[in-house]
Amino acid sequence: MKDKISKIKEEAMEEIKDLNNMEDLEELRIKFLGKKGELTKVLRGMGKLSNKERPVIGQMANEVRQDIEKEINNTKESLKKEIQKKKLEKERIDISIPGKNIVLGHRHPLVKTIEELENIFMNMGFSVVYGPEVETVENNFDELNSPENHPSRDLTDTFYITEDILLRTHTSPVQIRVMKENKPPLRIVSAGRTFRFDDVDDTHSPMFHQLEGLVVDENVTMANLKETIDTFIKELFGEDMHTRFRPHYFPFTEPSAEVDVSCFNCKGKGCEECNGTGWSMELLGCGMVNPKVLQNCGIDPDKYSGFAFGLGIDRIAMVKYGIDNIRLLFENDMRFLEQF
Amino acid sequence: MLLPMKWLKDYVNIDLDSKEFSDKLTLTGSHVESIIPLDKGIKKVVVGKILNIEKHPNADKLVITTTDVGEEKLKIVTGASNIKEGDYVPVALVGARLPGGIKIKKGKLRGEESFGMLCSLDELGISDSVIPKEQRDGIFILDKEYPLGTDIKDILGLNGDVIELEITPNRPDCLSVVGMAREACATFDKEIKYPEISIKNGEESISDYVKDIEILDKDLCNRYYAKVIKDVKIESSPLWLQTRLMEAGMRPINNIVDVTNYVMLEFGEPIHAFDLDKIKDKKIIVRRALDSEKITTIDSVERKLNPSNLVIADSEKPIAIAGVMGGLDSEVTSGTETILIEAANFNDKNVRLTSKSLNLRTEASARFEKGIDPNLCEIACNRVCQLIEEIGAGKVVGECIDDYIEKAIEKVITLRTDKVNRLLGTNIDKNDMIDILEGLELKVEEKEECLKVTVPTFRLDLEAEVDLIEEIGRIYGFHNIKNEPLRGALIRGEKSYDKVVEDKVKSILEGLGMNEIMTYSFVSPKVYDKIKLSEDSEKRKCIKIMNPLGEDYSVMRTTLIPNAMDVLARNYNYGVERAFIYEIGNIFIPKELPIKKLPIERKMLSLGMYGDVDYYYIKGVVDTLLERLGILKCKYLREENHPSFHPGRTANIIYKDKVLGVIGEIHPDILENYHIKERVYISELDFDTIIEIANLERQYKPLAKYPAITRDLAIVLDREILVKDIEEKILENGEGLIEKVDLFDVYMGKQIPEDKKSIAFSVTYRSSERTLKDEEVTKVHNNIISKLEETFEANLRS
Repeated sequence: MKDKISKIKEEAMEEIKDLNNMEDLEELRIKFLGKKGELTKVLRGMGKLSNKERPVIGQMANEVRQDIEKEINNTKESLKKEIQKKKLEKERIDISIPGKNIVLGHRHPLVKTIEELENIFMNMGFSVVYGPEVETVENNFDELNSPENHPSRDLTDTFYITEDILLRTHTSPVQIRVMKENKPPLRIVSAGRTFRFDDVDDTHSPMFHQLEGLVVDENVTMANLKETIDTFIKELFGEDMHTRFRPHYFPFTEPSAEVDVSCFNCKGKGCEECNGTGWSMELLGCGMVNPKVLQNCGIDPDKYSGFAFGLGIDRIAMVKYGIDNIRLLFENDMRFLEQF
Repeated sequence: MLLPMKWLKDYVNIDLDSKEFSDKLTLTGSHVESIIPLDKGIKKVVVGKILNIEKHPNADKLVITTTDVGEEKLKIVTGASNIKEGDYVPVALVGARLPGGIKIKKGKLRGEESFGMLCSLDELGISDSVIPKEQRDGIFILDKEYPLGTDIKDILGLNGDVIELEITPNRPDCLSVVGMAREACATFDKEIKYPEISIKNGEESISDYVKDIEILDKDLCNRYYAKVIKDVKIESSPLWLQTRLMEAGMRPINNIVDVTNYVMLEFGEPIHAFDLDKIKDKKIIVRRALDSEKITTIDSVERKLNPSNLVIADSEKPIAIAGVMGGLDSEVTSGTETILIEAANFNDKNVRLTSKSLNLRTEASARFEKGIDPNLCEIACNRVCQLIEEIGAGKVVGECIDDYIEKAIEKVITLRTDKVNRLLGTNIDKNDMIDILEGLELKVEEKEECLKVTVPTFRLDLEAEVDLIEEIGRIYGFHNIKNEPLRGALIRGEKSYDKVVEDKVKSILEGLGMNEIMTYSFVSPKVYDKIKLSEDSEKRKCIKIMNPLGEDYSVMRTTLIPNAMDVLARNYNYGVERAFIYEIGNIFIPKELPIKKLPIERKMLSLGMYGDVDYYYIKGVVDTLLERLGILKCKYLREENHPSFHPGRTANIIYKDKVLGVIGEIHPDILENYHIKERVYISELDFDTIIEIANLERQYKPLAKYPAITRDLAIVLDREILVKDIEEKILENGEGLIEKVDLFDVYMGKQIPEDKKSIAFSVTYRSSERTLKDEEVTKVHNNIISKLEETFEANLRS
């Protein structure tokens, strides 16, 4: 009997070696270890054995069962690994094929620019407000101290709806609205659409965008204005950008300045693009709020002072994204919009 | 304005190069836009004398000259026809350089060798717009004999630079060389040297020549100053005068006109010279034009005037449009013998309006319309007389006529020195302030903590304290003001809730693959026809622009749909396969027409798409957007009468009792109007209402603890019955156990009758309190089926 058991073990071990799939392995298990399996058959004959022999054979049979089971399990494991390996190999793909086209929309570059500007100023403590596109002559010109016969009031410069109502030519009327409706301290920016009588060409559009800023408080100085603008320019264009405050004239501020920034192309060294000056011209206009304007809005110019600034958003967007034609901004060609 | 540096240096001692000078001048407020070198790279161009001219043997249009350039006599072939033997001309020698990098080489013209080139002014780089008319065609003939071989640049003054300045409208006084000399003095702390003006007082009196000068409209002419010149000899000006004018951008005409122009450039006062013999009755009347009165101006154009125009007239008719342009009849011509020099002060607004209404802008009108110091009349007029005498163009008659209505007086402004530093954020010393103000020719008197500042009449712009602060600031230099951060309570920058919602909407739409567009706020009134709005549609009540750039930009939009259609059409036309767009923008609703008050500006959201999409695609975008904004339970009500949309594929979106907007497929007629051959889907929503009802608050609901049971349900019923109604019916009968109802199939076709459709739902049952039993769900489900059969005459599909 011992021999029989040993033989079964040998046979089983031998057969296992040649197996290469799970089904055969299961068959083998049934063949040797199943209820009608060979080992079971042998064990059935145990009744004939003597009391002395029985435990010995029993133990041996159990050991053989365990050995076979162990071997089957080991084979099972390695087979599993092999099968998985084969499967993974089969599933090998071309990892260079483009990913599934999951479409995200795009924000308009002008809006992206406006959001960036607004965020910079919000971080600097400015609140974001808005004003209407259709304005009164009073808010757009009169209250801003614009001289009565100033050419910008002409029909060839400004779109009028009636004698007293127009399409705002700048975002500055928001200053008037804010100062009339609120008491200092004020610290706001306002971006939006503006309109001027300009035919469409590469650099002009009858509709364009500006951002206006206004600060009114006690003891606000030109030194504060300079610091604010410098901080903003560095935030927007980088630390290596410098500014130049050139005295200028605006009816609603005094003193007034135009701000040039380092040429975007050469960063101030002087190149063809900046006519060798090193400056990109007229990026921004600013100044101390004219006392007459404060007075017009019911703010005492002896107690309060303030500064205001305005800049062209379209130009900044064009500089930022290297857009060479303003028409692209309003044509809304998908091939253009999808680049942002 | 063009400012020749050489001219400027007559009045102020500048030893800086043009670049440094320009940079510093820019920082005190006179913006130098460019520096233009006069020599333009000219080399080896010298004075030559034409000794001999012979015919060219092989060409009719060419001649062969022998030209003496001092050291040698050169054979030069030229095509010029205006030269004669004995003329002094500019000669570009072999190896010479002309503007634009042109190099002169020895050459052969039709078989004849040529050793150089005779030059025109144009070839010497002088702009055609300033070359004297008689010099425009052909070689430049010098006005007199010069040493042969002299560098032409020395004779024509082609050295040094001209700087181009941007003068702001508040500083008309800077539109002159003297004005800029004052700025330069203030900037560089120099003393100005004004030209010394002296004239010999002639024997006769102006009254012997002019009978009367009368200002009838005193509101439009504050001063009329005049002198008479006799024995006038009209000829070309001396070369120095011509070159100065050309450098400053003006064309030389003749000696008298050139002098008047010279003085205008020098002092900024426009001067006019009349041929006195042509003035009827020797009477000058300054008056408003009569209605339909006519004048032919020196540009030979007949102009119709009206009483808003001021004219200078003789006893019969206008002889000049005041401050704009003289009349042709009284123009100074080669036969003129006696002239009247007019230096007047006209009302700025009136000159501006006249110049605009006649569409006639001149150097004179450009200066008058910005305002001029009336005290300049006398100085400028005398300067003209002096120069005419100096160049021998005539003799000045004694005395003058001066009708001065309201004499300009010097303003006095009180300046608080502490206010200066408080506004600028500086610590400028009082004495430095005084220096700066005095450097600008202001007189300063100290009075305790204040300065009493007297402003010369030429500074029309200085009226208030802040004007003086600006003067101190700019001369001190804005760049010298030390930056300082804003002080005061820490303020947090905020944006409004509206803006927060808008940002959120943009993010959601971006996630849904929609691209943002930006279109004009004004449109063509034709768009309303293009989208077939009915004649009485409210949206046709739009605001018209008085002076539009053209019909395409002439009315304020009342809907965003045409803009969206335009953009889709453009993209379709460009061959873009698929387009998904949205815009958030204002529409303009008049409160009354014609409008008296500002209109209502309402924010709208438009969505548009084409290319492999259908109604359910755009509805999916809108549904998701509204769901994410917490706007739940919107209803879609069929809209069959919107003229822009497909009658069977359009709905109004309703929230409670508010119409949020419209959604649907664009009507084929409208697609045709936009030349789009694909189905287009558009939705327009009232964004202000969306902001109002949006709910961005979120509250957590516990996750389901008990298992769900899902049952499918397929029914066949009339195809007109809306899925929404069936869903409602299912929910209604769910006995509170239905978690959700999902539509998963809609079928219309062969397998079922033509007027029917098959609809399949998957209904999920779940209780939040217990595990549902199969039997109870079956009971509810069966009840729902029978309710559907009852209500919609539906049949259960097996």
